[in-house]
Amino acid sequence: MGIAVEGARKRFGDFQALDNVSIDVPDGSLTALLGPSGSGKSTLLRAIAGLETLDAGQVVINGQDATATPAQKREVGFVFQHYAAFKHMTVFGNVAFGLKIRKWDKAKISDRVHELLRLVQLDGLAERYPDQLSGGQRQRMALARALAVEPQVLLLDEPFGALDAKVRKDLRTWLRRLHDEMHVTTIFVTHDQEEAMDVAEQLVVMNEGRVEQSGTADDLYDHPANEFVMSFVGEVNRLGEHFVRPHDMEVVLDPDERTEEAMVQRIVALGFEIRVEFVLGDGTEVWAQLTRSELQKLELREGQIVHLRPGQTKSFNGDGSSPDRQGASTPSGGQGGDDAEVSAAV
Amino acid sequence: MTPTKPAKWGLRSLALGYLGLLLLAPVGMIFYKTFEHGLGPPIEAMTSPDAVHAIYLTLLMVAIAVPLNTLFGIGCALLLVRHQWKGNAVLDGIINLPFAISPIVVGLSLFLLYGNDGWFGPTLSEWGVQVLFSTPGMVLASVFVSLPFVVREVVPVLQEIGTEQEQAASTLGANGWQTFWRVTLPAIRWGVAYGVVLTTARVLGEFGAVTIVSGSISGKTETLPLFVAKAFEQFNEEAAYAGAIVLALLALTTLLLMSIGGRKTKAQASGPIPITGDVPISTSNAKEGS
Repeated sequence: MGIAVEGARKRFGDFQALDNVSIDVPDGSLTALLGPSGSGKSTLLRAIAGLETLDAGQVVINGQDATATPAQKREVGFVFQHYAAFKHMTVFGNVAFGLKIRKWDKAKISDRVHELLRLVQLDGLAERYPDQLSGGQRQRMALARALAVEPQVLLLDEPFGALDAKVRKDLRTWLRRLHDEMHVTTIFVTHDQEEAMDVAEQLVVMNEGRVEQSGTADDLYDHPANEFVMSFVGEVNRLGEHFVRPHDMEVVLDPDERTEEAMVQRIVALGFEIRVEFVLGDGTEVWAQLTRSELQKLELREGQIVHLRPGQTKSFNGDGSSPDRQGASTPSGGQGGDDAEVSAAV
Repeated sequence: MTPTKPAKWGLRSLALGYLGLLLLAPVGMIFYKTFEHGLGPPIEAMTSPDAVHAIYLTLLMVAIAVPLNTLFGIGCALLLVRHQWKGNAVLDGIINLPFAISPIVVGLSLFLLYGNDGWFGPTLSEWGVQVLFSTPGMVLASVFVSLPFVVREVVPVLQEIGTEQEQAASTLGANGWQTFWRVTLPAIRWGVAYGVVLTTARVLGEFGAVTIVSGSISGKTETLPLFVAKAFEQFNEEAAYAGAIVLALLALTTLLLMSIGGRKTKAQASGPIPITGDVPISTSNAKEGS
């Protein structure tokens, strides 16, 4: 059950948007497709909805092969980044659209629409037109419209991408709660790793048309399969072949066999978090994330020579696919990362 | 750069003067000449059997050519914008042909095609269909010359609205036909309306092509512009001016109907509800930025 994609391929001219992608999304879960622009995440989502036809591969929704099913028969709810509101219809008309198509009777439509508008907290705005709503309200209207027809799955394509930071944060908490109430299998696409970790139970990291790794936020952060995942999911410093998170950089005043000499270049106070930038003997620039009290204890100042002790480092050999254990006790697991066939079980 | 105040007034007077001299003065003269001796003579001129028939024929041309070109225009615009294929550039060029060719040439080419020595003429007259010097030929000419207007108006609107609303409709279960009627057509209605007005104006005023194919037989194949021209040639100035006024009034009526229809839908779309702040959403009780 849930959604499964097997060996999906899609090419737009010279651009390979999907290159043998397989994912498995369990029934009732909330999954994020995370990746930079051009990674194929939106194409994959649109292929699941039937808005894009695959060159090869299979889409299975709740056990049914939907590969050849047109979008109108897939029973998916789809939410677009730019809302795709029907501008000539009221909020009521927008939400009622799918129900009118299904020829529900008027009283039932009215009940259902008002129930949904309450759910998305737009009751009272039913008679407005989309251009009389704010971005956040439009997106909630779009969500109500998608949910009205009781879809088997809910797909959201960068749903908060066009909204400002504050509204985005509110809406994602709200989406999380909505999912807890409705339990409809949900996939949402984002390029924002913080958003993905905040909202989703499972993450699928995509890059250049392939799945790099999938798992929970902790899996990806603590056991990244390769350099790409490590640097995409969180901040990273590179020390030769090794990678270390800025918060795993320990700053000490006395050297030992595991430290490296560094000069403090700049200290940036970002509220509670302090960003300290260093330059190493070989010219490499790195930074460490300290707390305000740690900084005060060390009494660092710019130009000072200190010693850095990388806590947990990781290195990925040549092709960047096989993780290796370095430094302290980090079990860096081999999640995903099978290059022969990029596949991922969420 | 903002022009200075005298420059602004200068530009305005220039624009108004230009319009006044080139557009308002001739049209105003016609009105003046028509009603120079009161309402009686023009009404009399327009109630003669030939005049009534000319008005009827002109309206018939509009009634046939406008719906045909509207249907064709919407379909063609959808084909051009929504289905990218190699023939699009060719199709696009062909659609512009009536803009490029002089109406008189259109008339001549129809004459060649449907005349007694033409490709279709002999076969059609064997079947008893008379194209030239009768209504079918005039309809063909009217359709030809007014064909590009709806396409040209609808194409940019279709491009601007994009495909997301249509995709949203399909994920909500709408088939192609339902999507067209409920989503696409309402979204492009302004382009269509404007195209219809331009098409109507063109058909009302068509002279060159219709002259050739109709033979301009009074009371039979004479549209209002042909009636005006003939009256003018025969020094029947009263009838000429009155016919011109009727033509102008018909065109004005079309424009008026569109703007009345437009005001209605606009009032509907913006509604009386003022745009106020957002309702708070429960997770944070925060107001969304506006």
